[in-house]
Amino acid sequence: MTHHASASTASAGKSHTKRTRLIGLVGNPNSGKTTLFNRLTGLRHKVANYPGVTVERREGRMQGHDAIRIVDLPGCYSLTPRSPDELIARDVLMGWVDGAEPLDGVVVVVDASNLERNLFLASQVAELNLPTLIVCNMMDVVSGRGDAIDLELLSERLGAPVVGTVGSTGVGVDALRSAIDRMVDSTDRSGDEADWQPSESKGIGSLSWQPPHPTLSPKKGAGKAKADGGEGKEAAGGGAENRDKASKGARPAAWHQDERLRRTTSEVAQLVRDHRLIGPAATDALSLLLLSPGALNREDVAHIHLPEACRKTLAAIHERVHAETDGRASAFMHAIQARYAWLSRVVDEVQTRAPEKVTISDKIDRVATHKVWGMAVFAAMMGLIFLSIFSWAEPLMDGIETVMGLMADGVYALLGAGMLRDLLIDGVIAGMGNVVVFFPQICILFLFLALLEDSGYMARAAFVMDRVMAGAGLHGRSFIPLLSSYACAVPAIMATRTIENRRDRLTTILVAPLMSCSARLPIYILMISALFPGNPWLRAGIMFAMYALGTVTALLMARLFKRTILKGPAPSFIMELPPYRMPQIGTALRHMWDRSKLFLTEAGTIIVAISVVLWALAYFPRMETNGVANGAGSPVGRVSPAADEEDAAGVAAIPSPVTAPGEQLRQSYMGRFGRFIEPLIEPLGFDWKIGIGLTASFAAREVFVATMAVVYGVEDDADVESSPLREQIRNAAWPDGRKVYTPLVGISLMVFYVLACQCMSTLAIVRRETASWRWPIFMFAYMTALAYAGSFVVYQGGRLFGWG
Amino acid sequence: MTLDQLTIGQEGRVEQLDASCGSAARLMEMGLVPGTAVRVVRVAPLGDPIDILVRGYHLSLRRSEARGVTVGRVDTAGAAT
Ligand SMILES: Nc1nc2c(ncn2[C@@H]2O[C@H](COP(=O)(O)OP(=O)(O)OP(=O)(O)O)[C@@H](O)[C@H]2O)c(=O)[nH]1
Ligand SMILES: [Mg+2]
Repeated sequence: MTHHASASTASAGKSHTKRTRLIGLVGNPNSGKTTLFNRLTGLRHKVANYPGVTVERREGRMQGHDAIRIVDLPGCYSLTPRSPDELIARDVLMGWVDGAEPLDGVVVVVDASNLERNLFLASQVAELNLPTLIVCNMMDVVSGRGDAIDLELLSERLGAPVVGTVGSTGVGVDALRSAIDRMVDSTDRSGDEADWQPSESKGIGSLSWQPPHPTLSPKKGAGKAKADGGEGKEAAGGGAENRDKASKGARPAAWHQDERLRRTTSEVAQLVRDHRLIGPAATDALSLLLLSPGALNREDVAHIHLPEACRKTLAAIHERVHAETDGRASAFMHAIQARYAWLSRVVDEVQTRAPEKVTISDKIDRVATHKVWGMAVFAAMMGLIFLSIFSWAEPLMDGIETVMGLMADGVYALLGAGMLRDLLIDGVIAGMGNVVVFFPQICILFLFLALLEDSGYMARAAFVMDRVMAGAGLHGRSFIPLLSSYACAVPAIMATRTIENRRDRLTTILVAPLMSCSARLPIYILMISALFPGNPWLRAGIMFAMYALGTVTALLMARLFKRTILKGPAPSFIMELPPYRMPQIGTALRHMWDRSKLFLTEAGTIIVAISVVLWALAYFPRMETNGVANGAGSPVGRVSPAADEEDAAGVAAIPSPVTAPGEQLRQSYMGRFGRFIEPLIEPLGFDWKIGIGLTASFAAREVFVATMAVVYGVEDDADVESSPLREQIRNAAWPDGRKVYTPLVGISLMVFYVLACQCMSTLAIVRRETASWRWPIFMFAYMTALAYAGSFVVYQGGRLFGWG
Repeated sequence: MTLDQLTIGQEGRVEQLDASCGSAARLMEMGLVPGTAVRVVRVAPLGDPIDILVRGYHLSLRRSEARGVTVGRVDTAGAAT
């Protein structure tokens, strides 16, 4: 979709003035877009995702102006994207997102305390010929420093109205609202946004910086492009002659004296017009992109179909520029330089600066990034997060389990014995329980991530840890997701969105589930407490070893992936260190809620579906005893005290040992599968009962404990600490009388759980984040192989040494 | 000399960016264009990356990336070398 579409809808809207308008908020990261968005909409907004990608899309109606809808775009530094977030912002601006409505206007949020760099994007956006309004946010910081900005002069220079605001206190927001209203009004009146000119400026044509090709004024450009488009058809495959003719009479661009580079840029712009690659309004932006290094392989313009002739010409242009400048410069870089030169002049004119002082941020950073203290602060921060995840979430998780248990009881009481009741209790409710029980941890983690991000510490954490991550071929930003993985891989994988490079992001996603998440803890505890009684130091040591194994494997695998399947240049670590700011708790809570809800709805549905399938596998075929079907417990159930009760009742009615829930499970499809794979897992030291536990665990590893309880027919509620299960495990024996669980088998089993990807939620979220089944399948395969190999080496190696 | 060779507190002026380095374009978009004054503010605890002050804000980048930026020293006296 191109800009044409938005222009036509805009004029179509003239007749029905009731049509709502969509205004986009763009700006550099941390410029205060979301804060202003919340102010403008009054915190009433909907969060969804852009079609096909996982970048969040917030949209809400402007308070007091219901016909105006505002959408908060992800932060970006320029129109040449380097991360999925930046890509979506750029594509929305250009109207390239399939199925998304084009914007009717743009509000560029500028951090006024960092004017020069923020204006880089603002001026690029202003040239897109969409109705544009510029907001100088953070005016409090500017005045606090003793600086001043002449907003009127700035407006004149940029060719767009400028409003000053303080997002955090709301100063200027009313003025912003009416400015947006005026912008929409004038678009409506003129009917064609290309005609929209802010009253207080002479428009884009008056810019002292000139775009790198002749289409200077929007109206002239539009008309000219149409004319050229017709005659350009013939020139499409033709030589440079035609194009040169077409650009004859063009005004020499002011920004560059080098005739060759000037020619290059207008050539590319001409190519864009000749091939009608895009509507006239976006010609500048696309030409710039096509001039950028590696333009022909840029993934972000891949959707723009470049005809073969066009590709050839472009490649030739690139080669020529490369040769002309000895590979040192490109037209693209010159364009950036020219824009900054112009912006420096503008900023010098509009801004008066007080002498530089040492800021509070600097003072904090002296500690937070100090050689010794920096590490200490970092360790303390992470310690705090973990402590709270585990201690605060505990009562909530218990509460959720109780509620799930009550629900199961309710269903049990309401429905008569039968398949429907078993399905609801052991399939649906138990599956839901598996998802919801981690909800508190996920919320707390997201809350901390939001607070860290908002305060500015997140960037410091990445700064401090980057060296460590570089060793694994990763980016400093990978550290936080990997660390979050100790709690749960799902939010961790969602947190990888801040990693700009796709390969680095994928690598981080692929290794994150190797970090021991909290769902593995019950298994470690069960094995250690059953098989290593006594020495608390040994127990703690084994536990630590499991966490260390996961972490080291994750880093090694990352290194391996980065050198093989996800080979690419070392990730760049060009990252802004924003000033520290007091985070706003309301915004952080809202953010936490939006993201956590996404987890519930997106991962939740898949997990419940799969839980039901696994339930059926454990439920069928039914065992017939005296012609009465018995409702046996399911291994997937972690909330099935009711089912146990019923089994007890069933046993009482038909006193037959064969009806024990364990028996039903054993001869179910899942049980058969467990037995079927016994030869495969015997080299790891596992028998078929463990095989059933392993199979059931592929839904979610934490069901292992509950499953083993069912397999061994432990009657009371499965609990890690419950001694009957531990006793059973200690006593379990092979047919020849050897003990099944030796300490070596325990270690082998734990190693399997460290390395295996037994978590539907993780696979579901990876599917979502990568938008294909390829990566979750790959993840599942490599981790299962790793787990098998790991267990094999431990068990067989241990036996060689005579342990076991 | 290159940007990674400046020590903490030293100032420099960007002379040229190595176009063959993949991040040159982004560095320029972030304001690091020829002629810009930069100062190394601090170095991460483990020696890499570095934190520079450019156009009034803090930017961190790895030494390997800083190596692609040629700078001229600006001494406190103001003389460029
Ligand atoms: N002092 C001050 N702080 C502000 C102002 N506006 C926003 N902030 C703070 O700046 C930080 C960043 O604000 P956000 O609204 O999250 O910025 P954003 O542009 O949405 O950032 P991204 O979503 O990362 O691109 C938050 O801590 C805000 O509280 C302001 O006018 N003055
Ligand atoms: Mg935001």
